Amino acid sequence: MDLVQLQRQLVDYRTSLYHEGFLDEQFTQLQSLQDENNPDFVVEVVSLFFEDSERLLNELSKALEQQVIDFKRMDAQVHQLKGSSSSIGAHRVQKLCIVFRNYCEAQNVEGCLKCLQQVKHEYGIIKTKLESMFQLEQQILNAGGSIPV
Amino acid sequence: MAKPPRLLIRTFARYTERTAFERPLTSGVAYAVRVLHSEREQFEKQQGWTIKRMDTLEQNPVHKDDYNPDLLEPSPIQEEYAPVVFAQDIVSHVVSIDMLSGQEDSKNVLCARKSGKGVLTAPFRLLKTNRLGVILTFAVYKRDLPLNATPTERIQATDGYLGGVFDIESLVEKLLQQLASKQTILVNVLDTTNQSYPISMYGLNASNDGLEHVSLLNFGDPFRKHEMRCRFKQKPPWPWLGITTSIGILVIALLVGHIFHATVNRIAKVEDDCHKMMELKKQAEAADVAKSQFLATVSHEIRTPMNGVLGMLHMLMDTDLDVTQLDYVRTAQASGKALVALINEVLDQAKIESGKLELEEVQFDLRAILDDVLSLFSGKSQDKGVELAVYISDQVPQMLIGDPGRFRQIIINLMGNSIKFTEKGHILVTVHLVEEVIDSIEVETESSSENTLSGFPVADRRQSWKGFRTFSQEGFIHPFSHSINLIVSVEDTGEGIPLEAQSRVFTPFMQVGPSISRTHGGTGIGLSISKCLVNLMKGEIGFASIPKIGSTFTFTAIFTSGSSSSKKYKSQQINKMSNSVSSEFYGMRALVMDPRPVRAKVSKYQIRRLGIHVEVVSQWKQGLSSICRGSNAINMVIVEQEVWDKYLNNSTLFFDTLEKIDYGTPPKVFLLSNSISSSGANISTGVCNMTVIPKPLRSSMLAAALQRTMGVGNKGNPCNGQLNSLSLRNLLLGRKILIVDDNNVNLKVAAGAMKKYGADVVSATRGIEAIELLTPPHQFDACFMDIQMPEMDGFEATRRIRDMEHNINNRIHHGELSVEAYNNVSNWHVSILAMTADVIQATREECLRCGMDGYVSKPFEAEQLYREVSRFFQ
Repeated sequence: MDLVQLQRQLVDYRTSLYHEGFLDEQFTQLQSLQDENNPDFVVEVVSLFFEDSERLLNELSKALEQQVIDFKRMDAQVHQLKGSSSSIGAHRVQKLCIVFRNYCEAQNVEGCLKCLQQVKHEYGIIKTKLESMFQLEQQILNAGGSIPV
Repeated sequence: MAKPPRLLIRTFARYTERTAFERPLTSGVAYAVRVLHSEREQFEKQQGWTIKRMDTLEQNPVHKDDYNPDLLEPSPIQEEYAPVVFAQDIVSHVVSIDMLSGQEDSKNVLCARKSGKGVLTAPFRLLKTNRLGVILTFAVYKRDLPLNATPTERIQATDGYLGGVFDIESLVEKLLQQLASKQTILVNVLDTTNQSYPISMYGLNASNDGLEHVSLLNFGDPFRKHEMRCRFKQKPPWPWLGITTSIGILVIALLVGHIFHATVNRIAKVEDDCHKMMELKKQAEAADVAKSQFLATVSHEIRTPMNGVLGMLHMLMDTDLDVTQLDYVRTAQASGKALVALINEVLDQAKIESGKLELEEVQFDLRAILDDVLSLFSGKSQDKGVELAVYISDQVPQMLIGDPGRFRQIIINLMGNSIKFTEKGHILVTVHLVEEVIDSIEVETESSSENTLSGFPVADRRQSWKGFRTFSQEGFIHPFSHSINLIVSVEDTGEGIPLEAQSRVFTPFMQVGPSISRTHGGTGIGLSISKCLVNLMKGEIGFASIPKIGSTFTFTAIFTSGSSSSKKYKSQQINKMSNSVSSEFYGMRALVMDPRPVRAKVSKYQIRRLGIHVEVVSQWKQGLSSICRGSNAINMVIVEQEVWDKYLNNSTLFFDTLEKIDYGTPPKVFLLSNSISSSGANISTGVCNMTVIPKPLRSSMLAAALQRTMGVGNKGNPCNGQLNSLSLRNLLLGRKILIVDDNNVNLKVAAGAMKKYGADVVSATRGIEAIELLTPPHQFDACFMDIQMPEMDGFEATRRIRDMEHNINNRIHHGELSVEAYNNVSNWHVSILAMTADVIQATREECLRCGMDGYVSKPFEAEQLYREVSRFFQ
């Protein structure tokens, strides 16, 4: 596939992510922070996000398996997840975190479990999509082109 | 037995006569002596008469006067006799009659002597008089007898018998003399010894109807019983008084009872109603709360897609755009932002209703606000063919301090109403200082109805502020020297408000007719909110409206002058556009061709904002001559649509003359048109290029048009986003910033943003670290602190830092610590801004309370960041 096509593909892919609500304006901001001084900024931040989120999701799963569920701790962790997803513009994940927090406040175990499943699901999706996007970008770079803004 | 002497007889008679008063009830007394048969002859000889016996009435009824004792038969032979020897004169006829010969009398006598007590006879017809009477007989004994003497002893000791005659009739009459009353009383006296056969002693035996009073009479005889029965002769009359009184009392009692009953009922009903009202009130309050919650929720839901739209526009701005596109995008963005603002205003309504509304104090540019509002309505007014214009007096300062959002809200409301109800003519917004207007009130000449913006008549604006206290002679107090008292009028040539609805105009939810909301939309709450806001701004609002002519709404508001830029006030983003552009056109000259002075004034104002000198002519020929005169080179000619339509459309003279100008470049011609489409087709070919500027005239539009035609000014102005980052770069370059956040991702993003603006960033993940790093002396210029952190939250950390700074400052002041050791800074106060994901009012107050200097939302938003940071680094 030639460069222009790749670039167009990237643009379309990105636009679709916005349209479908996976990403929001914040991701754009993030991209604007990337420049010559900081060429891999977005990838770094997103990788950090993946690490952090996976850790948090594991801890949340464990917490919900306990006999006595520590809702407060869970709430704090979901808050973390919410914060980081909002920082990178992972819109859907952020929205789900808000709902998750409500369930934690209400100490609704059923709700929490269901929400956790949804969050994991969404997280999986956004991870895949972002990784695809990064792959595309890498392909463009390898082909000698520049990433369209 | 000796013969009683004649003297004794007479003495007895006389004595009894004289003492008769002692015995009022008796008719007479007599004494009979006991004579045994053996003594009879002797006795008769002594007396000189024979013992006679009584006649019974049935055998020989004799008239009393004819009564002759001598004609009586001598008494038959008996064991003993009881002839009367002494008698009172009244009863003297009974002398010599044997008492034992009468049936009743003998019984009486014998009984008396046996018992030793007085004995009464049954009533019977008396001798001679034949009247009903009774006789009381006492036995007289020869000697005193003891009380327990036997009857035999008594009989033996008897000497004679003393009898008293009671004439019942006279007796009763005497007795009854006391009973005389108004009513005649019938009295029956009866001897009731034999219960079943009472013997009537006195009184007529009249029928026994009516009430009878029975009383027992006691004459002292234990063997006999007597009764007296009294009754009224006439039936008692109806006791009218009693009946009336009792009926009256009954009626009164019934009425009272009825009143009481009614009152109790009423009380019960009122209490019931009260309960219902309480219920309804609770329901209403709950409904109100629910409504507010609903509003808030719905508004939040609307905000999300709006943010999406705004985000897209933002992205569009970052692409390559030319001036016109940029202007359009900016307008779209402004509209979008305005919409979000409106949504916020809806939320504010809930605040207003609960009375928690407060005004901001921010520096703002009035002209910029009105430009915004103008853009907001320009599309709609063009569609309707209504001319929109804004004029702001030169005396109004550039910057004011007040609440721009609320001010804008009021203007939008008034203009919105005008647009809704105006189909032709114009809408003119004017802003003056109150002082200007007051001075002109007195000198106001007769303004002709033709002298308006569009030529259509309007409601006189002076009527709209007629009632304002500010203008009344007594009321006008000169406000503080810094305060600016503005008066704003919105004048339209619409339908006007019907006279009967005019009093209700400021009542919430009041609309002129039920069809209004159907045809025009709206809820009718705008004017009441505007009124509230105007009052909060210490102003007044009023209107003058003439149906079918138009309405003019006027309000005053008090602001303070914002020329002294004090750091206390947050400054809104200054209209970069006007600032950067005005310098480009400064000094140019323009000629405006417009016959209407009001409209020309508006155009002149807008053009002058760009720094261009303006001359106004009303006749095109005049204009032409002044161009050709060439004393002052005119760079541009701005022609009103009206002039063009009337005179120039079909005339080539104008343009030919322009082309023939031999000095310098001919001026560019611009057409001010009411709608974009109409005049486009009218520009005939072969004419020097004429640019169309759509009305409402805005400086920005003009500048854009000028730039295009005159090639002045940098094409592709730095778009908004870059402008922001440029200024942020200016602010933050080289500054040392500390960012504290427990979330790695957030930290990285925030640090990245800061680095982009050229700041020197240090990151920390814990509050304790932050405290350590910010212990004086340090080099940090500012700190962005996340609020929600696990070990120690942002508030606590800030508090500790402030305490620490305070402590050190004090010690430096008291000389305990040397100021040199602290970089010669004696008042340590590092700017700390909170980073928070929830930007709520409450959090803001908390931030300020624990010593923070401001807050920004997470993730960073460039505008807000700039705003907050520029307060410290200017």
